[in-house]
Amino acid sequence: MSLSLQPRMSRHLAIVPALNEAGSIAQTVTEIRQYAEGFDVLVVDDGSLDDTAAIAAAAGARVISMPFTVGIGGAVQCGYLYARDNGYMVAVQVDGDGQHDPRDIGRLLAALHEDPPVEMATGSRFLGDQDGYRPSRARRAGIAVFAALVSLITGQRVTDATSGFRMSARRGIELFARDYPHDYPEVEAILLLHAHRLRVREVAVTMRARTSGRSTIARGVQPYYMAKVLFAVFVGLLRARPALERDRP
Amino acid sequence: MTVLELALAKAPPTYQRVAVIAIAVLVLVLVVELVRRRRLMERYALVWLLAAAGLFVLGVWQGLLTTLATDVGIRSAPNALFALGFAFVVALLLSLTLVISRLSDQNKALAQRLALLADRLAELERERSER
Repeated sequence: MSLSLQPRMSRHLAIVPALNEAGSIAQTVTEIRQYAEGFDVLVVDDGSLDDTAAIAAAAGARVISMPFTVGIGGAVQCGYLYARDNGYMVAVQVDGDGQHDPRDIGRLLAALHEDPPVEMATGSRFLGDQDGYRPSRARRAGIAVFAALVSLITGQRVTDATSGFRMSARRGIELFARDYPHDYPEVEAILLLHAHRLRVREVAVTMRARTSGRSTIARGVQPYYMAKVLFAVFVGLLRARPALERDRP
Repeated sequence: MTVLELALAKAPPTYQRVAVIAIAVLVLVLVVELVRRRRLMERYALVWLLAAAGLFVLGVWQGLLTTLATDVGIRSAPNALFALGFAFVVALLLSLTLVISRLSDQNKALAQRLALLADRLAELERERSER
């Protein structure tokens, strides 16, 4: 079986993971097509029980439907597999719930190519002055812990390690297609890039309160989230450095 | 002494040994039957066969458990048995979670592959019908 490189309209892809987001997916897709010129829109429907897939397709997105819910990590990775197999050079993740403002995609793209070029640009809620959506106090505390930890490990100031609004260039796409955490992948993904000596840059963005649906990090699983990610970070440090790609020294 | 201990002390050791051997044989038969019906894979049956064999040996070989327990400094033979059984169960649980982890990984990869192939197929069919 070969997934050949297809000539596409664009070499830029927006990956929108969505699980039961029928209420907001149309707006997200429409906004990306409106404000992120040159980006193909791929909605990865992670086994939704509502009409998410049909609504997304009607709004003009290409839709890939997982046969059942595999979780945010598996769904997003499926998007990166698609991007890799179809020859996309840039892929941006945009949540289907309306938290991420597609107007910021252009700024992420500029940051990706700014000198020196980086492999991933992430949208940070805590860079610059913010007047947008603010998470709860408990959530902010957790976010601060991970930001400090990731800053310490990477030796670079990271203000928002848990942001899911991120854009990768080709090497990042190939890396994530190969290896991506199962659940709560944001923090680990940054460290994965760092382990491969690929650079990351943050861009100040404004996040909005979700317009529908529910966070995967509900109140009850917050301690599990903290423990899982902390443990994964710790084990990641013990793991032998992943082999570098052949064409890199 | 509790009532149970009294009862055990009074019971002729032969009964206990027969009971242990019977349980071991029962486990053995059950495992073989499950494998025969293809409900249990040989790979996972082996550990149960080993456990049944161990139980069988302990039942047949009188005094083995006591000797082993004394050798490692456990004064009461039943405690040695409990420790052994507990270690076995923990090891088994760990191996099961290993199996589950591998299966979830493969499951995820399969789901992704299926979703991508379904998309590709739909596209090819669209192209063909347009021609």
